[in-house]
Amino acid sequence: MTHPTHPTDDLPAEQSEDVARAAGEPVVVGRRVGMFGPSSGGDTSGYGGLQRDILFPGAADRPYGGYFDEVADALERATGPAYTEGVTVVIDRGEMTLHVEREHLLTIVSALRDEPDLRFELCLGVNGVHYPQLTGAELHAVFNFLSITNGGRRVRVEVSCSDEDPHVPSIVPIYPANDWHERETWDMFGIVFDGHPALTRILMPDDWPGHPQRKDYPLGGIPVEYKGATIPAPDTRRSYS
Amino acid sequence: MSTRTHQDLYADGEDLGAPVFTASGGDWDQIAADAATLGEERIVVNMGPQHPSTHGVLRLVLELDGETVREARAGIGYLHTGIEKNMEYRNWTQGTTFCTRMDYLTPIFNEAAYCLAVEKLLGITDQIPQRANDIRVLMMELNRIGSHLICMGTGGMELGATTVMTIGFRERERILRFFEAVTGLRMNHAYIRPGGVAQDVPAEALDALEAELPDLRRGIRDLENLLLENPVFKGRTVDVGHLDLTGCMALGITGPILRSTGLPMDLRKTDPYCGYETYEFNVVTRDSADAYGRACIRIEEMWESLKIAEQAIARLRESEGQPVMVADKKIAWPAQLSVGADGQGNSLEHIRAIMGESMESLIHHFKLVTEGFRVPPGQAYVGIESPKGELGVHAVSDGGTRPFRAHFRDPSFHNLQAASVMAEGGLVADVIVAVASIDPVMGGVDR
Repeated sequence: MTHPTHPTDDLPAEQSEDVARAAGEPVVVGRRVGMFGPSSGGDTSGYGGLQRDILFPGAADRPYGGYFDEVADALERATGPAYTEGVTVVIDRGEMTLHVEREHLLTIVSALRDEPDLRFELCLGVNGVHYPQLTGAELHAVFNFLSITNGGRRVRVEVSCSDEDPHVPSIVPIYPANDWHERETWDMFGIVFDGHPALTRILMPDDWPGHPQRKDYPLGGIPVEYKGATIPAPDTRRSYS
Repeated sequence: MSTRTHQDLYADGEDLGAPVFTASGGDWDQIAADAATLGEERIVVNMGPQHPSTHGVLRLVLELDGETVREARAGIGYLHTGIEKNMEYRNWTQGTTFCTRMDYLTPIFNEAAYCLAVEKLLGITDQIPQRANDIRVLMMELNRIGSHLICMGTGGMELGATTVMTIGFRERERILRFFEAVTGLRMNHAYIRPGGVAQDVPAEALDALEAELPDLRRGIRDLENLLLENPVFKGRTVDVGHLDLTGCMALGITGPILRSTGLPMDLRKTDPYCGYETYEFNVVTRDSADAYGRACIRIEEMWESLKIAEQAIARLRESEGQPVMVADKKIAWPAQLSVGADGQGNSLEHIRAIMGESMESLIHHFKLVTEGFRVPPGQAYVGIESPKGELGVHAVSDGGTRPFRAHFRDPSFHNLQAASVMAEGGLVADVIVAVASIDPVMGGVDR
């Protein structure tokens, strides 16, 4: 096993700046209103009318820096059109994210496992994220991969689907490790992993209605009385976010 | 009294068309006698979720052919507490209070992984003071010893060896005493915070720890002597719960199970964090790929952890008085507690400053403590080597004061998938050994 390094460690100073510069035009994923203070009640701060975009890092430009270029090249060699059509690369905070169209997911993931230059042996599971404001791509499934052969390289694959059509291909045939984690993501977010051998609930009871980790699913809770004062349930408390 | 019906009492009295025995405790002889009258060799047994040898509330559905396990399924979710969802309704600092309760035997690791992810999102990984990193390493390694001691102890108890359990818990108590002296709590510390740690380690606590270490060493040696050459223990564990490298790779298994196949995979070496690259230690491996190999690895890892802990103590002695929280006042928790005359923790000096001297400090304190700090939008993944394998945190921020999403890839969750593979084809008694060698903690599996 070779000794792995942080992607920017062994690069000259100007090149590690490349990694920072590789982050392209940011993408708007939402809008934040107000400055601070609770969103309920009257605006006493005078900043309640402020509106700012929530910007996520956007598609990166070459060179990506570090090992990211090697990964991108090897993947492009192995998958050809699937890569050029279906993959957007985002480099942020020293991590590489491949945004993959769901129809190309299996091609890309197979190459990640099988290609000698890639060899991401371990799939570290899938995690859902719910962005209710991103119409048409509300649900994201985020897969993390780790390559032991190539000294601890990591890459993240992100797939999105809409609320109306929450289908993503299952990668269990390629990475059996993902079995339980895909069940968890179905359980918590309602993303249907097509091709999963037995997509059933895993953490919640089998007859549970709804998918608890979605943003539109309430946290619940009851007000608690303590020494005469009432403390509201967590999701009804004043929010500063 | 056991009851024999055709209905599954736990599934709305559904008629299954096959005899169903419902055990109510202390009636095993009667069930066995009743089952014998059926003349049926293949039976399905529900082991757990309330069973002393399933490490908490794990449910195993075993299809048995005589004594042989033909099929094993694990059912989880009995300890699901919605911690990840709850974290979305608290600020980033409060998140540590929640995640520390996930895998309750490795609270420090949960906090460390979460804080490293938050720090990566904030872009302050390089600004964490050296002393804070050394404290984190010390706490993590002691916690690793504690977790391994419980694994060996409860694993031994499940084999019927109560002495192993008492030694395990007794020795872990020494570590918990140190944790209590530093954090105020034996478990669920919420000690590691984004930006550093909540409190400095007092020199007296280090003295007390150093005084305990010889005893701890003797205890680990006791455990080692009691188990590793013990014919009963070897008879129960050698070649049991076999899982080779291919199986580990396919099922995403990490930690001691992976290292028992001979692969020296340890994130402290391959992807160092908190300054692990500056510590001297070895990655322990075995190549037997069985429960015995995993036990050997855990014991030897305790010795390696002690080596790291000693180096960390030496560094902490040298860096006394240096900061343990990031310098950025927009992120750092504003006060450090000190123990008052009444034995309670308080920060009187800080209160004096904000209440009597500086209005701005008061505003700053109020904003930071009630509202919290904002984290730039984006996502980050951090994996650390917990005693059970790769503990990963995927944190997403939308630029607010609360996590938009924080997901924990708990190693027990993935490793438990191997339970069926290890158990099938073996004997019922070996299921317990196999599960014990996985060392799952249901608090982490179900979160």
